[in-house]
Amino acid sequence: MTDSAVQLKTSPHLRGAHSVDKIMRHVVYALLPICLFSVYQFGLSVLALILCCTLVCVGTEDLFCRLNRRPGTVGDWSAVITGILLALILPPSFPLWMAAVASFVSIGVGKLFFGGLGFNVFNPALVGRAFAQAAFTVPITTWTPAMVHVRFREFIPSTFTFPFAIPPDLRPWMDGLAIDGFTGATPLALMKFDHIDTEAAELFVGTVAGSAGETSSLLILLCGCYLAFRKMLNWKIVASVLGSAALFSWIFWLKSPELYPTPLFTLTSGGLMLGAVFMATDMVSSPVTPMGIVLYGILIGVVTVMIRLFGGLNEGVMYAILLANAATPLLNDLTQPRIYGATRKRKRKEVKA
Amino acid sequence: MNPGSATAIFLDAFLINNFVLAMFLGICPFLGVSGKVKTAGNMGMAVTFVMIVSSLCAFGINKLLVRYDLEFLRLICFIAVIASAVQLVEMTIKKFSPALFRALGIFLPLITTNCAILGLALFQTAREYSLVQSIAFSLGAGAGFSLALLLMAGLREKLDLADLPGVARGAALTLILAGILSLAFMGFAGLGG
Repeated sequence: MTDSAVQLKTSPHLRGAHSVDKIMRHVVYALLPICLFSVYQFGLSVLALILCCTLVCVGTEDLFCRLNRRPGTVGDWSAVITGILLALILPPSFPLWMAAVASFVSIGVGKLFFGGLGFNVFNPALVGRAFAQAAFTVPITTWTPAMVHVRFREFIPSTFTFPFAIPPDLRPWMDGLAIDGFTGATPLALMKFDHIDTEAAELFVGTVAGSAGETSSLLILLCGCYLAFRKMLNWKIVASVLGSAALFSWIFWLKSPELYPTPLFTLTSGGLMLGAVFMATDMVSSPVTPMGIVLYGILIGVVTVMIRLFGGLNEGVMYAILLANAATPLLNDLTQPRIYGATRKRKRKEVKA
Repeated sequence: MNPGSATAIFLDAFLINNFVLAMFLGICPFLGVSGKVKTAGNMGMAVTFVMIVSSLCAFGINKLLVRYDLEFLRLICFIAVIASAVQLVEMTIKKFSPALFRALGIFLPLITTNCAILGLALFQTAREYSLVQSIAFSLGAGAGFSLALLLMAGLREKLDLADLPGVARGAALTLILAGILSLAFMGFAGLGG
């Protein structure tokens, strides 16, 4: 058969299927440039953070699989993704022991408690981040400037905080480096509390303070395009998240431009881009129906902007995605497509026999 | 937003200080009746209705009690009002939808002892809400309760098919889900403030 010029085969004519571990591996590839950029930007501390989170996530997954006497699922790369994503949404100065706790919660509570990959109703990395936000309120809102000149020579002092100890104050360290004008705030916080705008170009390239991997919108978009091109990421989710966020903030910006940020600022600042591309598109915790996907994206976009503009916090992407994850089963139920050829149920009067 | 406006009070009870997920009131039906989306929706409506009725009654009764200097009777009066409102709902549901009546089971009469409803009556009195504010408050609280119940029911229905580890079966799963939902609702803290 292989000798003939024409090969005859019956359907399905698949040339290579997407398997879970193949998709997950490619997501890891897509995350690597972002990791590299964040290490370049924030230095050794972020490198340690990424390694720590990934190792603890993989270790937890392995441990729980052994404890439950189930086949090991470390090989499917999903724990690696959770670890990297979690590290990328933590502040660069986040103490490693806290990062390890957050990683443990991500995998243990956010994923394996529900039965592992495929059943995690919430995005595991975000569960860990939300837990850390509630448990370690101060370290998770302590920001350090990007592109510090000693970043490849020394760690940020709080990185190696002794377990269960309070991390040291970073102010003396920053003063020692003679960094002028850094107020310890991200562009979002500057915008919200002081109405100071940051250059859109800076935000786009990512040379600003923020969580380890959320700063460069350009890079995140490029990596997302790669995944979308390989059909491993649903671009409709990304488009509806970003579109609705832009539209919603545009309305307020038109109303009073001096009070509210521009739509471009909304899109490029904070974790919106990273959240939209890598977290909202989590295949397990997002809806599957065509209409549900759009509604899910709109929910994320609108809640994010709502929290940013009117909430007590300056960033709401994490909460928006978690809420949308929670609403996913309902969205799936509500937006069941009609079966082809089926007609709407007509209410018939029941005939009494 | 003006904190005393009806919209602000509604939003506050609906999202920011959600009765179930931020103030942890009414956990009993939240854990008990959240197994199926349909039942959860109906329970949400029943609780919302009882909330509106008891909020209106509590408002009127409080005015009377204050007038005759009988504020010490507040608690017992509120409980009596809530109990009769629940009785009303129970009779209606039993008559119109026996299936729903069976599905809600013990949790329907238990609305009487649902602390969310007594909490609502006490909060609106303590905060000295006007009639319009009270209605907005009860609508928001009811909608918030229904939202929490529906989200939980959707998740639990989805996880019915999951391959849960032994420790996660039953109440443990519900409680962990409630915890994560509550974490997610923390994002609304300070909204509109």
